[in-house]
Amino acid sequence: MASLFNAQSMLDQPSYSFAQPTSHSEPRQHSFYPYTDNGGSTLGISGQDFAILAGDTRSTSGYNINTRYAPKLFKIGGDGPNNTGSKIVLSVVGFAADGRALKERLDTVVKMYKYQHGKDISVGACAQRLSHILYSKRFFPYYVTAILGGIDEEGKGALYSYDPVGSYEREQCRAAGAASSLIMPFLDNQVNLKNQYDASQPQGFGKEPLKPQPLSRPHVESLVNDAFTSAVERHIEVGDGLQMMIITKDGIEETYAPLKKD
Amino acid sequence: MNHFPQAWGRPRDDVYGQYNPSYLPQSHGGTQQPITHTQSPIVTGTSVIAIKFKTGVVIAADNLASYGSLARFTDVHRLKHFNRKSVVGVGGDVSDMQYLDRLLKSLDVEENYSTGSHTAEESETDPAMMGANNLHTYLSKVMYKRRSDFNPLWNALLVAGLDEKNKPFLASADLLGTTFSGPTMATGFGAHLAQPIMRRIVPDEAASQQLGREEAVQAVRDCMKVLFYRDARSMPEYSIAVIDEKGVELKEKEVLENQSWDFADKIRGYGTQTV
Amino acid sequence: MFRNNYDNDSVTFSPQGRIFQVEYAQEAVKQGSVVVGIVSKTHAVLAALKRNAEELSSYQRKIIPIDTHYGIALAGLASDARVLSNFMKQQSLSSRLTYDRPILLSDITSRIGDRAQTNTQSYGKRPYGVGLLIAGVDAKGPHLFEFQPSGVTQEMVACGIGARSQMARTYLERNLDSFEDSSREELIKHALRALKDSLSQDKELTVDNTSLGVSGVDEPFKLYEGQEISSWLETTFENRPEGQDGDSMAVDS
Repeated sequence: MASLFNAQSMLDQPSYSFAQPTSHSEPRQHSFYPYTDNGGSTLGISGQDFAILAGDTRSTSGYNINTRYAPKLFKIGGDGPNNTGSKIVLSVVGFAADGRALKERLDTVVKMYKYQHGKDISVGACAQRLSHILYSKRFFPYYVTAILGGIDEEGKGALYSYDPVGSYEREQCRAAGAASSLIMPFLDNQVNLKNQYDASQPQGFGKEPLKPQPLSRPHVESLVNDAFTSAVERHIEVGDGLQMMIITKDGIEETYAPLKKD
Repeated sequence: MNHFPQAWGRPRDDVYGQYNPSYLPQSHGGTQQPITHTQSPIVTGTSVIAIKFKTGVVIAADNLASYGSLARFTDVHRLKHFNRKSVVGVGGDVSDMQYLDRLLKSLDVEENYSTGSHTAEESETDPAMMGANNLHTYLSKVMYKRRSDFNPLWNALLVAGLDEKNKPFLASADLLGTTFSGPTMATGFGAHLAQPIMRRIVPDEAASQQLGREEAVQAVRDCMKVLFYRDARSMPEYSIAVIDEKGVELKEKEVLENQSWDFADKIRGYGTQTV
Repeated sequence: MFRNNYDNDSVTFSPQGRIFQVEYAQEAVKQGSVVVGIVSKTHAVLAALKRNAEELSSYQRKIIPIDTHYGIALAGLASDARVLSNFMKQQSLSSRLTYDRPILLSDITSRIGDRAQTNTQSYGKRPYGVGLLIAGVDAKGPHLFEFQPSGVTQEMVACGIGARSQMARTYLERNLDSFEDSSREELIKHALRALKDSLSQDKELTVDNTSLGVSGVDEPFKLYEGQEISSWLETTFENRPEGQDGDSMAVDS
């Protein structure tokens, strides 16, 4: 009996069965690992008056292909289960079950916002809310890389990228997921014009770097296509189909194009 | 009264006798074991496979429950019939399967209560009857909740049937809460052995809408045979269910026919043969 | 002070077997402005008269869309209705999340019925002072439910609650047989006429004081207010049926 009062010094005192609360038991051992990686890649680019999000539709477990069509792009807000009239898109890549849970949480929050305030949430507010949702699971994170796209209050394309615990930033472009390390440098070069110099100016030390300009929508779409067809060639977890969502002031256009299934 | 405030108001042993601490956790002097969660499955079922066809879905799983490599129970039915629109095929831990089965039973009772159907015929034709998609969403939430509690149900499920609009529906959920759907699905070993065969027949959604019932059933039976040939934790007796607009046709005592082990002696590369 | 000795709380019966607090709550419903609901085979319609408490204030909200497939109309304490509608919104979202299906109207109605009933059976609680009409379309077709502070809920073909709603109910009873096969437009007209019948002589339906909620099979619940309803008001009261006073109405005044 672990009693606080030992009999020796308390001979004249009555004894009690209850001890003071002692320290907690040792941490429990778990062999169950609650995460998996479902592969795939996503990318987002924002333009002058639009934002594009894209993702392949393959879902993998190790070397297996679970399915050739599992979208990673989700409309957020709007009305009903089909998110009619929504102008915000969330892309998630990583652990698909967490991605789905995250999407449903954000969607519910955005729908409740509209119910309570009688107006649509702004992308900026939605982006910050998403950050808080992710951080609220800081010690058991949603194992996903999220990208949120929409149109900001000035009518410009808005794109926000996240890490799994909610650190976020507004950017021009971002690639995430399995092939992010293949796609991101390509985007740096083609969207932000990194390592590109004005050929008409003198070359050599201090040569004039090209200044990034907002890109046209067809141009961005072709960049997305090139990024994914190339990623498919080099990464086994990327393929099957390319889903794109283009957000403009008029709403969301959705496209699907097949990718190589090998 | 003594000088230990934490003892004030506590029962005194000389008055009430010693407290029996046996129910307390060990850290508090008890003999209670810590709460344990499944860390690995014990008695397990192997693959479940399914194909969508034009008007419905075929699903199959064998009747074996293994204890490690021991073929322990040979008459375990792993296809669970929910209502006239859906069947759940369960792989993985058998006790967790039985828990899920109880969950399904209580859900079924709740459903029939809330929809207010009074007769068997009424509930059969209830327009608000749960579709297989509703059941799948529910089960995937159960699975995800349990994994998030670090207390997973160690299963891989296939939910096959018709959705609310009576279109064929097939999707899976596993112990992590991961879900996906496709025209053909297989869990466990089936993902390696049966899925390629099925995908050859039904490469995409369009192909499954062309596939007839008989072809789909035949494809699934062929796959069960391949699985029995190659999966050491399988058996030749299996259950097969077809779900279409006519309802669920579940057979639980099917036996593999026309087995041919001719291929076996041509296998080279491992074992005892020297050539 | 009290009307009698048995109305201090809602847990005590009077010797006649009445619970006065609940009955008073029912009176609160009658203080609210009138709302009307009708269903046909294909549609469910809500119509409501909005009051403005004073000239300077805005008009109250009488119809609240809850989910894409249904909405509610309220008569009585608006703040109590908001509590209930928040609860209904949560339940509706959770049905969509857990089962991926729109909640059945019978289901959500009995859930708020159960909630209201518990308020009538525990000391220190107060019954909801609001009546609701719940209208929309679910897997079993169009429905209209009535909810009362007592926790009583019932399915209706047509219903009116709120101040002077007896006149509206009289209209509905008289036209009961025509509802089932009514088209969407006819149903809306019936609802507006029923609403009109319960107005006092000096009052009229205008684009400012009328709300309409319409849902149908394959038509999500939508709230119509302001100029959206002007054409309905015009067509409804242009060719008014015989037997009603026929002074032409200035709709947009």
